[in-house]
Amino acid sequence: MYDFAYEKPTALAAAVSALTTDDEAKALAGGQTFIPVLKQRLNKPTKVVDLSSLGLSGITVTPSTVTIGAMTTHGDVANSVDVQKAIPALANLASMIGDWQVRHRGTIGGSLANNDPSACYPSALLALGGTVTTDRRTIAADDYFQGMFTTALEPGEIITSVTFPVPERAAYQKFRNPASRYAMVGVFVAKFASGVRVAITGAAQGGVFRHAAFEAALSANFLVDAIAGITTPADDLNSDIHASAAYRAHLIGVMTKRAIAAA
Amino acid sequence: MNVINEGIGASMRRKEDLRFISGRGHYTDDMNRPGQSHCVLKRSDRPHAIIRSIDLTAARAAPGVVAIFTHADLDADGVGGVPCGWQIHSKDGSPMVEPGHPVLATGRVRHVGDPVVAVIAETKAQAKNAAELVVIDYEDLPAVAHLNDAVKPGAAQVHEGAAGNICFDWHIGDKALVDAAFARAAKVVKLDLTNNRLVPNAMEPRAAIGDFDAMSGDFTLITTSQNPHVIRLLMGAFVLHIPEHRLRVIAPHVGGGFGSKIYHYAEEAIVTWAAGKIKRPVKWTADRSEAFMSDAHGRDHVSTAEMALDEHGNFLALRTSTLANMGAYLSTFAPAVPTYLSGTLLAGVYKTPAIYGEVKAVFTNTVPVDAYRGAGRPETTFLLERLMDVIAHDTGHDRVALRRQNFIPSDAFPYQTPVALQYDSGDYTATLNAALKASDWDGFPARRAEAAKRGKLRGIGMSTYVEACGIAPSKLVGALGARAALYEVAQIRVHPTGSVTVFTGTHSHGQGHETVFAQLVAEQLGIPFANVDVVHGDTAKIPFGMGTYGSRSLAVGGTAMVKAMDKIIAKGKKIAAHLLEASVEDIEFAGGNFTVAGTDRAKSFGEIALTAYVPHNYPIEEIEPGLEETAFYDPANFTYPGGCHICEVEIDADTGVTSVINFTAVDDVGRVINPMIVEGQIQGGVAQGIGQALLENAVYDEAGQLVSGSFMDYTMPRADDLPNISVGTETTLCTHNALGVKGCGEVGAIGSPPAVINAVVDALKDYGVRHLDMPATPQKIWAIINAAGVKLAAD
Repeated sequence: MYDFAYEKPTALAAAVSALTTDDEAKALAGGQTFIPVLKQRLNKPTKVVDLSSLGLSGITVTPSTVTIGAMTTHGDVANSVDVQKAIPALANLASMIGDWQVRHRGTIGGSLANNDPSACYPSALLALGGTVTTDRRTIAADDYFQGMFTTALEPGEIITSVTFPVPERAAYQKFRNPASRYAMVGVFVAKFASGVRVAITGAAQGGVFRHAAFEAALSANFLVDAIAGITTPADDLNSDIHASAAYRAHLIGVMTKRAIAAA
Repeated sequence: MNVINEGIGASMRRKEDLRFISGRGHYTDDMNRPGQSHCVLKRSDRPHAIIRSIDLTAARAAPGVVAIFTHADLDADGVGGVPCGWQIHSKDGSPMVEPGHPVLATGRVRHVGDPVVAVIAETKAQAKNAAELVVIDYEDLPAVAHLNDAVKPGAAQVHEGAAGNICFDWHIGDKALVDAAFARAAKVVKLDLTNNRLVPNAMEPRAAIGDFDAMSGDFTLITTSQNPHVIRLLMGAFVLHIPEHRLRVIAPHVGGGFGSKIYHYAEEAIVTWAAGKIKRPVKWTADRSEAFMSDAHGRDHVSTAEMALDEHGNFLALRTSTLANMGAYLSTFAPAVPTYLSGTLLAGVYKTPAIYGEVKAVFTNTVPVDAYRGAGRPETTFLLERLMDVIAHDTGHDRVALRRQNFIPSDAFPYQTPVALQYDSGDYTATLNAALKASDWDGFPARRAEAAKRGKLRGIGMSTYVEACGIAPSKLVGALGARAALYEVAQIRVHPTGSVTVFTGTHSHGQGHETVFAQLVAEQLGIPFANVDVVHGDTAKIPFGMGTYGSRSLAVGGTAMVKAMDKIIAKGKKIAAHLLEASVEDIEFAGGNFTVAGTDRAKSFGEIALTAYVPHNYPIEEIEPGLEETAFYDPANFTYPGGCHICEVEIDADTGVTSVINFTAVDDVGRVINPMIVEGQIQGGVAQGIGQALLENAVYDEAGQLVSGSFMDYTMPRADDLPNISVGTETTLCTHNALGVKGCGEVGAIGSPPAVINAVVDALKDYGVRHLDMPATPQKIWAIINAAGVKLAAD
């Protein structure tokens, strides 16, 4: 990696300031994407601002919401008895990210701020219709994701926590890329009294997206058979050596059916 | 006292593992020499281009830079190119086209990863920074990466001297005999297939440290090598022109090789030469992504195979035609892989009376390809064993019966094949029967039906194979084009109190030599296992040796030890005869004691050793003091392990995902010294074979960029991709070495890939699948199932 300055602020305002006063400064959360990127010299920050001393970890569960501090690790979410009870699909999703080492360091805030098109968490936030709380505002999931590696976050804006409404039923199903084991197709299905939301990660060129046709069918009838006749257009899906767009379109159907069955 | 068997046949725990699994190994990158500098290579990011100019101005001014070298600096010093160690002759008798392989690219780059500039700085980070400031002005040329494209008329030319990109056009066997058999055949079965390109990916990336002692003029190279003496020979004699006594090559702990660390690589020459230039040690360690584009790759063959059969399913003749990718340059043993390590195995385990094989070796703008675990035999085994199932498919024969009917019978050994080799021993029916039983082959239909109830497609497949290893008789390989001998060397040093140090020219990079050789020596000399130490991997310590590859260490290196121990025992008998006042003919050696036959008068091995070093009462006029012997052993033949692998898979028809449910390997590896290590070697080989069959694929795009250039896209097998692998052995002894051993390092990787694919094809038989190339990825299988569904819907 290239040389950079390192700061570890202990107050949120100081962290925001450090990132805002320097366009080339970068925030470090769990580092499970960022550190490899640095090691490969794909990014050359002037300064790395470590967010680990801002007190942003922790999980709060109410009867209707689960709120997770931005610096909470995947491992802590996966192992949280409260999350397992309130939204088991969310704990399950966290348990399937990366490996033990990644889950021990990687954070929910880091994952959502990065918005990797193959990351798991974006599908949970979008399907559950959660909200992202930052140092300055609250952003609804539907407004947050703006294309791969792109979000509504402003320069220097730091996620402090993420809040998920508790659904009636939900499940996450992931088809892993055989090599990287990131989601090649990940489907999060969430049923609320108000309707069903289905979010797909890993598959589309633009990153996570909601599957309107599935949502309409499942809102009417939350059964596997409800989506039996619905095909997903392959047009905007990714195509690579591991999966053609047509194969991904097919897997979206298979994984959604499995998610419905598991929910 | 209970006698615990620590010798031949005992599953002794591996001596070396404590240090390796507790992080206390000393790998090349763990070592640092005083005053060491760091080398980073600026590599080509172009598949094929002319180097118009190289501007080093900014790089030279970068902080910490010690020196920067290009081909011009090497040329000025008369540095030679990287040599090829095997020369093949084409059908017409002409030698292969052997283009220069410059240490640093000269005038042109020919693959992504081709090293162009060596940047040396105080730290690795500084060297990387400076390397980024090197400006190379390229003029891109058309490139070609794939075999079928490279041989098309008008294809981009990788080397000016290699017309049509052909390195050689070789053949083996009797074409006229084969053509005649085809003319009278009742049935001909033809199969086109590809053996996919692999990236070896040893756990430890390659690394090298060059050092130079200005006082003595001695060079030292510490390198991740499977064969330090070979590197000393090739680099010293052909590249840097350093005589052996001025060049020490150390291959310390090495974390896996699988063939990729046999070859002499440019980086070794660069750090050694540069150390001499700057009078400081120079270290280079590959990044993983650098390894992907600079370690020799494996496989990459495209073949057509045809079998002529009579009306009863007896094989009459086999005809094969192969294109073999050499990559951009000829790596050390590359020409031997598709020819003498592959074509000579075309008989397989079958008594096919007439065989003819053709191989065209082809240059492409890709990383050089060379031997990778199995080297040539996996390619031939995949071809033959896929062909077996396709014959069964096309003719309606049962695939087990077809094989059995055409086996070389167990009483036919030694068996002369039509393609040069003479198999000394084997019993293919025995390994087949044992594997059928262990895998419950006959119970498969019930398991298939049960899986179908769960919506899964279950398939079973087998391969029955033989391979040639224990390489190799020097005279024979010399006649076949090897530019080196392939004997092995052992030195046995008995210390005054009877403990023993073994110096071997083989090299352990995961195999467990320190354990196995200690068992062997302990058994032969009748001394405790703990009293034997094994030294390898240093040209300053070991008399000579050719290293470890081709499953040769025990069969060739171990036999050399036996020969050296024979000399020790012979000398010991003379000393014992003197001490016991007996005739030397009357001295017997067994269980660590020299005994006068028929009496209880004896001297222990330790007493004899002490006497040899304290020769107060000693036949000094007759023999020298001391007890140390060296033996060079050149084998009379290859060894021929063989066996039967059976794989059972389930396919999820919804996703195309294949799960390997059971894997049974029954192999004949000759006498087994350490069953636990043999089992581990076979399991490791099978893991790599399953990797090739289902997961691994080195993918170049049309333009010559390596698409699968990291673990993000290159699917290495993980533990959860693999089943429990059941390993059994059925033994026939090698008839031409003292131990009766054959070798077990590669059988797993050789026998398994066709067994896996045969199982996958079997699982998909209702979809009309006749053949499927590796890797059988979920996408590929889904496409087959989907196409069948679309067709069904259309019908």
